[in-house]
Amino acid sequence: MLIRPKSGILDPQGVAVERALPALGFAGVSAVHVGRLVELDVEDPQQLQPMCEKLLANPLVEDYEVQLLDDGA
Amino acid sequence: MRFGVLQFPGSCDDLDALAAARRVGDAQLLWHRERDLRGADAIVVPGGFSYGDYLRAGAIARFSPAMESVIAFAAEGGLVLGICNGFQVLCEARLLPGALLGNANLRFTFRQVELEVVQGETAFTGACDAGARLSIPAKHAWGRYYAPAQALAAMEQAGQVLLRYAPGENFNGSVNDIAGVRNEAGNVFGLMPHPEHAVEELIGGSTDGLKIFESMRLAVEGARA
Repeated sequence: MLIRPKSGILDPQGVAVERALPALGFAGVSAVHVGRLVELDVEDPQQLQPMCEKLLANPLVEDYEVQLLDDGA
Repeated sequence: MRFGVLQFPGSCDDLDALAAARRVGDAQLLWHRERDLRGADAIVVPGGFSYGDYLRAGAIARFSPAMESVIAFAAEGGLVLGICNGFQVLCEARLLPGALLGNANLRFTFRQVELEVVQGETAFTGACDAGARLSIPAKHAWGRYYAPAQALAAMEQAGQVLLRYAPGENFNGSVNDIAGVRNEAGNVFGLMPHPEHAVEELIGGSTDGLKIFESMRLAVEGARA
C-alpha cells in the first residue's frame, strides 16, 4: 500500500526534501511529496481496502493506492 | 465529581493530568486494557506518545479496550477531554472532526502559548469569559490542526472552535489558528496545548489550565443539580 499526503495539504517533509535536492546539485525538481509504504502478506486481498480505510491511512488527509505484487497462487 | 485519566503505554502526561484533575475533584488512572471506566463522570485522554506514535499519532491507541468504552461513554453524552496526544487519539477515533499533521516548521516545539477563548459558555470553557486569554504551554511535533474547507466552515458556523492561538502564537501552522475544538454535541473537546501543565504558579507561572478542569467540574455538577 502506498500512502501519500493528499494534494493541496501542506507537506512540510516534501518541502524540506525539495529544498535539499538543489543543494546537492539536483536541478529541476518540483512537487516532492513524502509518504509511506506498507508491505504485507495477506490471504484475502479484499481486506486491503478496509485495512487502509480503518487503520493504515487516514482518508481525511491521505490518499492510498493498493498494489498486488503476486496473486498468491 | 470523578475524573478518569486514561493511561496508555507511552503516555507521559497522565500523572500531571491526574494531579490537575485532583485539584478540582476526585481522579483515578484507567489502564488502557481495562474496559471499566469505574464510574468516571468525565474522561481525560492525556498527552504522550501512546503506542510509540507508530503509523500516525493516536492511530493505534484508538483501538484499545479503554477507548472502546470511552467512545460508548461519549455517545451517551459523557464529557471527554483530549490533550495533545489525547486530541490526536480523539480525532483518529472520529470523536472529533479533523486531523493533526506534522508541524509546518517540522520541529518538535515546546513553548508557552497565548490562547484566546472563542466560546465561553461550554462544558470545557464555562469558567472562562469569551475573549479571555489563557497562558498554557504547548509541546508537540504533530499539532497542525487540519480539516477540509467545507467541514471547517460548518465547524466555525456551529461554534465548535473553542480556543485559538492568539495573533503571532500559531507556531504549528494550524488552519484558522485553531488550538482546540469540540464535537457537534459539545461533550468532547480536544486541544494541543497542555492545561494540566499550567495549574501551579510556582512551576510555569500560570494557573490558567485549571480553568479547563474547573469548567468540566461545573458542567458535571450543574447537570446533576
